[in-house]
This record gives sequence, structure tokens and C-alpha cells, in this order.
Amino acid sequence: MIKATVLLFAHFADAAGSSKLEMDLNDSATVQVCSEQLIGKHPALADLLKIGRAAVNGEFAANDRILHDGDEVAFLPPVSGG
Amino acid sequence: MAWTQISLDPIDPALMPERVDQEGCGAIVTFSGAVRSKSRGKDVLYLEYEAYKPLAEAELQRLVEEAEVKFGVRAAVQHRIGRVYPGESSILVAAASPHRAGAFDACRWIMDTIKTSVPIWKREHHKDGADWIEGDSAVPAVVLRPIL
Repeated sequence: MIKATVLLFAHFADAAGSSKLEMDLNDSATVQVCSEQLIGKHPALADLLKIGRAAVNGEFAANDRILHDGDEVAFLPPVSGG
Repeated sequence: MAWTQISLDPIDPALMPERVDQEGCGAIVTFSGAVRSKSRGKDVLYLEYEAYKPLAEAELQRLVEEAEVKFGVRAAVQHRIGRVYPGESSILVAAASPHRAGAFDACRWIMDTIKTSVPIWKREHHKDGADWIEGDSAVPAVVLRPIL
């Protein structure tokens, strides 16, 4: 098992009721697996995560990115800066 | 290296030209994005900007440096986070180039690109509640969690 820290922003965080969570994942879990497990815990995120992007350790990451112990995984809604 | 900053600090437009090397330039264009007092038919009390700061800083720096190469300019950007009131500047972009076209084009491209790629979100507060703005969507903010 590995541990990952999940960060959520904007209304993703509202939907999950938290902007930061710790998750236990199987070895070699991917970003995709992490998001599915997160949806299992917080079903309100089900339709949301697919419209956003993910990042690992502060860099944009694809869904098939393999996670390691201690990684920080962020799920990012469509942005609205400026 | 281009100057970029994402912080709670208010923006002083007068300082921006100093943050861009104007040596050899005949044009300096600055763009200020201000908070509107009305949005989607509602009076705006204030905005709150949330950022995924490490990635937002890296992405902003990367895209400003990309603009410098793409348009042959020198550029700088300051973006506020936290609470910003109507009429205040939330972002300032400056670009300097030998001739005006590059500087105008760079400012527009930098703004357009920030709005699609830099992980910053705004929550619009009205007298009856608040909305998260995400891309082209406005989503009611059901809980007003502190974002900073």
C-alpha cells in the first residue's frame, strides 16, 4: 500500500467537504485509480472529476501516471483566473 | 528571466513597467484586469481567488517565457489571490517590444492563455451567496469554506 495526499480546489473541495485528504492506495495505483477511489468515498465528485485535470507533485499529469508513496495528487476544475 | 508573481499583494500599476526590461524597446503595453461590479446580472460584493500555488506559479512563469519567445517581447505578470473588490485590479500584464504589434499581441495571448491553463479559480460573492466560476460555468458555492 502507498499513501497519497489528495488536494481539491474550488467547488471540487466543496463537493467533497474537504480540500485535503489522505488516501491509501494499492502499489502502482494510477491517477485514474486514485480518482475512482475518491469518487467511491465522495460520490458527489463523480461527474466533476472528468471535467477537470490532474496534477502530481505540482505538475500536470495524465490519468495513467503511476503514483508513489507520499505523492501529492491535485484534482483541478476548469480554471477561471485573470 | 521574466518577472511573475501570484500573491495577496495589491497591484500597483506604476511599478509594472520597471519589472520589464525596456532596453531597445519602443513600445510598452500594460493590461489591467479589474473586478466588475456586476456579473451575470448580480451585483458583485467581492471576488476571492484560490490558487494551486506551486503549479500556478510554475505555469504562469512558463507561459510568460513562452510569450517572450513567441512574440519577441519581454513580459511580466502580477496576479492577485485572496479577496479583491470591484474596481480593483486582479491582474496586470506588461509587455515591451521594439514595435507595438508584438507587445499588444503578447498581452492578449498571455491573458487568453492564463484563462485556460493557470490553476486559479474565483469565487464571486453576491448579497445572496456566492458562485464558483469554473471555465464558462458558474456553480453555487454551497459552503463558504475559507480558501486562504
